Order: sequence, then structure tokens, then C-alpha cells
Amino acid sequence: MTNPAAVLRAPSRRRNLRRPWIGWLFIAPFGVIFLVFLVAPLVYAFYLSLFSKGLATGTIFSGAGNYVKAFTDPEFLSGIWFVIRFAVILIPIQMAVSLAAALVLDALTTRLSRFARLAIFVPYAIPAVVGTLMWGFLYSPTFGPLTDLFKVVNQSAPEILSSGNIFGGLLNIVVWQWAGYYMIIIYAALRGIDPSIYEAARIDGAGPRQIAFRIKVPMISSAMALILVFALIGTLQFFTEPQVLRPISNGSITSSFTPNIYAFDLAFRFSQFNYASTISFSLGIVVFIAVYIFLFASRKRRGGLS
Amino acid sequence: MTTITRVSTAKKRPNITAHVFLVALIIYFLLPLWWLFVASTKDPQGLFTGTGGALWFDKNFNLLANIQELITYKGGIYFRWLGNSALYSLLGGVGATILAVLAGYGFAKFPFKGRDFSFAILLGSVMVPLTALVIPTFMLMSQLHLTNTIWAVILPSLLSPFGVYLMRVYAADAVPDELLDAARVDGSGELRTFLTVALPLMRPAVVTVLLLSVVGTWNNYFLPLAVLSDQNLYPVTVGLGGWQALAASNNGGGTSLYTLIVVGSLISIIPLVIAFLSLQKYWQGGLSLGALK
Repeated sequence: MTNPAAVLRAPSRRRNLRRPWIGWLFIAPFGVIFLVFLVAPLVYAFYLSLFSKGLATGTIFSGAGNYVKAFTDPEFLSGIWFVIRFAVILIPIQMAVSLAAALVLDALTTRLSRFARLAIFVPYAIPAVVGTLMWGFLYSPTFGPLTDLFKVVNQSAPEILSSGNIFGGLLNIVVWQWAGYYMIIIYAALRGIDPSIYEAARIDGAGPRQIAFRIKVPMISSAMALILVFALIGTLQFFTEPQVLRPISNGSITSSFTPNIYAFDLAFRFSQFNYASTISFSLGIVVFIAVYIFLFASRKRRGGLS
Repeated sequence: MTTITRVSTAKKRPNITAHVFLVALIIYFLLPLWWLFVASTKDPQGLFTGTGGALWFDKNFNLLANIQELITYKGGIYFRWLGNSALYSLLGGVGATILAVLAGYGFAKFPFKGRDFSFAILLGSVMVPLTALVIPTFMLMSQLHLTNTIWAVILPSLLSPFGVYLMRVYAADAVPDELLDAARVDGSGELRTFLTVALPLMRPAVVTVLLLSVVGTWNNYFLPLAVLSDQNLYPVTVGLGGWQALAASNNGGGTSLYTLIVVGSLISIIPLVIAFLSLQKYWQGGLSLGALK
């Protein structure tokens, strides 16, 4: 907030400080929604997670019992392990695709590049349910092109939805869905760089590749960090894609495939609302910790985020 | 000045690798959409054993008949779902945007006591995985007998901490304090100052936040799946997901349901794709707002 007219601003500062409620008034409508739909569910989930319900015992206070159960529950832990593995493999691929696309699009101003920018972005406007349905059909040996494709080389098509291949199948769907959104964020950050820097680098003898990797990439690192955080949060709460593929996956997507699917099934199939709340709350904690570890690590490395 | 240097380097070396790369990306990202369009023109028979393979048209062009069937199937329930999606995303998206604009402006322009603390809490809440709130929200709502009503979907959609963050970042730069002061000196009230001075300056960010929250609500699946049980209230995402499960569970009998799923998917993506293509100049700059800070 560098402001040449600081003198002019001073009186209003004082005036607003005298009437502090005006600021609160603007924030109040959002504040109410924030309290009712974010704070209250969190508190309520935590409250419910402290109780357990048994057929014989009824509802009893169990303290940290549900959390001990959750963090030793192999189904919950396997779900957590799956989303962490998924994030670790997905995020670098997604970053590489969106960064490469953004760098190429930034360097070109042809009609093809403008069309490509839209084509890559379009999946973002498509609901994850529909995106997953489409890929589900494309993966299918009866509906998709794979059977015909592999017939050409006299091979039978791989079952992408089998338990051995589902990981890659989901990976592809998520990259397809989100790479364009991330690409646009990186692209816009690239457009924000002052072009005279490139000029200076060129005079110093830097080639296009050096400009891309020594100047452009370091200068957009805060955009990259933002995307990483988004991708991390999004992946850990993985739900829609596996849930939609589940009916056609012949059992390779189980009811504890991801923590969110597990919580959903516990609540709506088995009516174990107390334990489902525990799982939801624990997932929230895991995400929070993961994001903070990431922010801490990136702050250390780059000497401060933004 | 940039364009001149860019064009001149491009002319020097027409970059073939870069263009091949772009063509590969275009094919990858548009392939499912091409498949969807082609599949929508097939009859149930053609969907399984089409003459042209999965990625080309069948001998019968059945698109209109498929749409016809979609209109009449179960009393046109699909279009009811589409209408629900539009209602939820408009009310939820517009509402979330209004709240975000007001709060962002409040955070950016009023140095009240407790501002930094509440903004820190807001930033922390961006990290809360919203889907982890779905089941607790469901249980809270069922206590209030709000589940299975449109409000169960719309009200939680009003929550957009990231939207508030974007609006604050944008308003801090785009709305000069001097301008607000000048309006106040002229005797304009705070609300009028906001509506006539600040709001027009915040328009690009408003469009971005609106687009993001409309898309977020339109695409939402987990929340409506959890809080709605009446089929007539489903948004199109939950409806299509339900058809998919139904079609998969009775393999043979569900054959014709597959054509409905395919053509329904095609129609459901048209509104948002059009919105994005026509609002290009807004979101292309706007989506990066958070990243530039």
C-alpha cells in the first residue's frame, strides 16, 4: 500500500477508526455464513466424534476413543495412504503439463496457440461427474476405442478399471480436468512479468530455453505455490471421480478407497454418524497438517511465500 | 513493444516442436468431448457395436431421437435436474459473490479493530477441505429439518472464503482511498460510496468470483448427493451419477439408459462451456488474481 496521498487519507482513517462497526457491517453477512456453515459443522463434527453409539450401550461419551479407532483403522489408513500416494504422483505430473503448456503458449502468438489455450481450459468448465463418466466410457472395452486400437496390434485392450490400473485411470481423469485451470493461472502470471527483463537477458546472450527456466519459472514461483496448495487440498479430499467410477469398477474401488468415500459410506450406508464425523474431522486435520508442512517447507526454501 | 519482439523471434524460427506439442495437447483435451458428441448421435445398438468404431459416427444419426427420448423419459426429469442445477448455481453463485464482495471490501478498506486477526482466520479456513464439512453439515441440517430442501444445497454454497480473499486483494489495489474519501467529503454515505464508487472499480474481480462460484456450485456433487434424497430436487450431476449406477447394476436392461446418460452429459456441459467462451476476456485475467500477490 504505497500511497502518495497519505495526507489525504489520514482524516478518513481517523473517522473510520471512530466508527469501527462500519467495517464489521460489510463483513457481517459473510461472517454469519462462515459461522453457520464452516465453524458450526466443524464444532458439531468434533462434538459428535467424542461419542459412540452401540446397539447395546446406546450413545455414550467415549472421549478420544473414536480417534484412537480411526488412526488404527486399516481402512481409514489405507484411504489416507492412497490419497497421499495419489497426490505425490499426480501433482508433479499436473504441474509439468500445465507449466509446459503455459510456457509454450506464452512464447507463441499464433491462432493455433489461442485455440489451444481454450481447448486445454475447457475441461475446467465440465463437471467432474461428466468428465469421469466420459473417461469411464472411453476406458470401457465395450464402449471405448481401446479394443479397436489394440486389435490393430493384435493385443487385447487393458482393463483400465481393474484394481491394478485404476490408479493410472484416475490420474488421467484428474490431470485432464484440472491442468487447464492451473495452466491459465501460470499463463496469467507469465503475462504479468515485465518483458524488458527478457530483453536484458537476450542482450546478455540468454537463449529462449534459458529465459524460460532461469527467468520465467523463478518469477512465477508464487503462482506455482498457490497451485500446489490447491492441488494438495483437492487431492486429499478426493471423492467425486472414484465415487462415479465405483459402479462400473467391478469392486476395484472399495468403500474405503479414499477417506471421503469411507466417511460417506459410514454415514449413509451404515448410519455410523459418530464414526463418520470422526473420519471427516480427522481428514480435515490431515489436510491441515499436510498444507502447513508444505507451506513451511516452501517458505524455508524460498525465504517467504508471497 | 512485447509483441514486436515476440513476432520477430517467431518469424526467425517457426517453432515446429512447439506446435506439434500444442496439437497433441489439443487432441488430448478435446478427445473426450469429441467422443461425447459422436456417441450422442448413436442409437443404443450403435453405442455398443457401431459401424464406425468408438470415435466415429454410426450409420444411423440418432441425435434428435435421443434428445426426444431424454425429454420424455420419466416425465422429463432430466430437464428438471438441469433447471435445479441452474437455480442452485445462480442463487448460490450470486449469493456467494455478493457476500464475498462486501466482505472483501470491508477487509480492504476499513482498518477496524480485530481485522488482521479475523482475516488470518479466514486465510486459515481456505485450507479447510470443504468436503470434510459435508457430512457434519448434513447432520446439522437434519437437526434443523432442512435436509432434502433446496436450501440444503444453496445455503452452504454461499460459503466462499477464497472469494473473500480474492476480493480483498483486488479491492486493496483497485479502489483508491482518496476516491472514497472524496465521496465521503461530498456527503455520500458508506453504502452509497460502496455501490457507486467502489463496486464499478471492482468489476473484473466480481465477474471472476461470480464465475468461480457458479462453476463450483454447478459442478458440485458431494454436497447434493449427501443432503438430497428426493429425485425431483437433484442437480444434473447427481442425476447423471445415479443413472450411471443404475445402468451399471442391471447390465443388459440398462442398455438404453446409456444413450440417455451420454446425450444428457452433452447437453449438461453446453451452458457452462458457452459461458466460459463468451466471458473469456474476464476470466483469463481474473483467475490469476490470487497468484499475483
